[in-house]
Amino acid sequence: MNTIYFDNNATTKVAEQVLEEIKPLFCELYGNPSSMHTFGGQIGRRIRQAREQVARLLGCEPSEIMFTSGGTESDNAAIKGALAAAPNRRKIITTRVEHPAVLAVCRELENHGYTVVELGVDRQGRLELAELAEQIDDDTALVTIMYANNETGVIFPVEKIAELVTSKGSIFHTDAVQAVGKIPLNLSKSRIDLLSLSGHKLHGPKGVGALYVRKGTRLSPFMLGGHQEAGRRAGTENVPGIVGLGKACELAAENLEAENSRVKALRDKLEDAILETCPDSRLNGDPENRLPNTSNISFEYIEGEAILLMLDKYGICASSGSACTSGSLEPSHVLRAMGVPFTAAHGSIRFSLSRYNTEKEVDYTIEKMPRIVNQLRELSPFVAK
Amino acid sequence: MWEYTDKLKDHFFKPRNVGEVEDPDGVGEVGSLACGDALKLTFKLDKNGKIKDAKFKTFGCASAIATSSVLTEMIKGLTLDEASKVTNKDIADYLGGLPEQKMHCSVMGREALEAAIENYRSGGKKKHELEGNVICTCFGVTDREIERVISENDLTTVEEVTNYCKAGGGCGGCQSEIEKIIEKIQGDKIEQTPAPVPRRAGRLTNIQKIQLIQQTINEQIRPALRAHGGNIELIDVEANKVIVAFRGMCAQCKLAEYTMKDVVEAKLREFVSAELLVEEDKESALQPHNHRE
Repeated sequence: MNTIYFDNNATTKVAEQVLEEIKPLFCELYGNPSSMHTFGGQIGRRIRQAREQVARLLGCEPSEIMFTSGGTESDNAAIKGALAAAPNRRKIITTRVEHPAVLAVCRELENHGYTVVELGVDRQGRLELAELAEQIDDDTALVTIMYANNETGVIFPVEKIAELVTSKGSIFHTDAVQAVGKIPLNLSKSRIDLLSLSGHKLHGPKGVGALYVRKGTRLSPFMLGGHQEAGRRAGTENVPGIVGLGKACELAAENLEAENSRVKALRDKLEDAILETCPDSRLNGDPENRLPNTSNISFEYIEGEAILLMLDKYGICASSGSACTSGSLEPSHVLRAMGVPFTAAHGSIRFSLSRYNTEKEVDYTIEKMPRIVNQLRELSPFVAK
Repeated sequence: MWEYTDKLKDHFFKPRNVGEVEDPDGVGEVGSLACGDALKLTFKLDKNGKIKDAKFKTFGCASAIATSSVLTEMIKGLTLDEASKVTNKDIADYLGGLPEQKMHCSVMGREALEAAIENYRSGGKKKHELEGNVICTCFGVTDREIERVISENDLTTVEEVTNYCKAGGGCGGCQSEIEKIIEKIQGDKIEQTPAPVPRRAGRLTNIQKIQLIQQTINEQIRPALRAHGGNIELIDVEANKVIVAFRGMCAQCKLAEYTMKDVVEAKLREFVSAELLVEEDKESALQPHNHRE
């Protein structure tokens, strides 16, 4: 059975070209870039090249890129580092729909005397900018708001938010883990101070990410030790990871426009067909301002984990905001913040596509989905005969 | 991904006895859409008082569906006295085991069976009712139910209780009450570990007192408010007066019948000092929220 992978917001396939680039770095070119000898020193060049590749995708200077172990570390480093560099301000503004890598950090800081404001979203997952403007005051150290939501794909007006925040003298961080490589960015024309990204969300390896730190932004180091990453992030570089991330960014930059329209067409086809053929299904999130690859659909009266297992039987991989898939007993915090009723949240399925998906896969899923939904509804006590 | 047994998968992909029996002798309905799983069990007796036919309809995950399916298989041919002895453990064992976090599915099966038998014995009048006092307001679990899963499954931790009946798995506000129930039933079985928060120390310096107040708010009070969309902030401490502010949306909060001030005061008195008084910050008191009477 072939695997049909529609869970690319969870992780992605490493591009073959990325793997080729990484291979020699384990047994042949295994030197430490900090070494004085040529053997190690040549690795420094590879890291420099990777930094340039990442910077090109983001439209920033290579010196503004700091490599980390992934999205979570980038978020932690950005939030804690920015706060430590502004000790006189004690307020953080974020949203209720952030990834746990941001939300859990903010909530923990609340226990250390910070005031944390979590902005709500409307039914389509959109922010009210006026509410944000109202909340920013002289005490606000940091505003951290994601670029695009991992569950719904809803894109926030981050450029506008960045202007609003920085014009009032606060630092602005955005978790762009889901946006980088999926939509075009140009940080040279933006007021964003800090931006997190992750390698494995854009066909790079796991365990590597980066934090963009705008030139002049004050940031206390998060990890102490050696002098790596200009003293901002100690620890011997994850050379294969960093080189792989660089290559993945180069590939993303090359194909961005073309791939996006192709992926979007596939996503739209899948989404339209499911909404049409499955009664009592609804789209979660803003249909307009959305990542081109993500679709989050709720099916009333049935439960997400059961749907996933049925899909799994056909080799189709997706994910769900249902309580049962998380190990917790509550459904997705994102869908609940949007006011999606519990009934619909328990039956939500996220399809997230990539450039490796084909029309055949979409057609196959379109064919199976109504059957699965009907089969489970036949079991459900909430569906009248 | 959950580790499901082959038997469980078989009953999920090919559920037996789906539907409702015609003109049932007993009907049991438990759970709800909001809780994430629900089961409707119907059965018909033969003239010897044995279960002739049993059918189910289930909303829920794979293990909820499979549990319901095996339940109908297990009870066919049993008398009601025999059926009422079926425990959640029997159901889980029949499936070759369930992941720990899914044990509540087997409890739901047993509850539905009980409800259906009760319904039959009351001549079709009685529906499933909660017995005892509700401890977990998030999932509507009573002390009786908690006591039962603890003794039937020999549970010793709050986490296990949550796995078996969901209690404590929402806001977490009732976890200390669950702990007390476990203590009551299991007594000496549980290892005595020192409480995480030092109970009311004798003399505290001002700094120690303020730190303990902040810690109590962080660990004992905020998580419960948080789960209902609210929040609390410590504004100041003046001698024994603790000034706090309430934040966030609390409109649908189930704690609305209490004044928040009283809840906070009780916790602070329990964990810090009996002399403390809680006052709501003036600015925060002007904000609309439902926590005040």
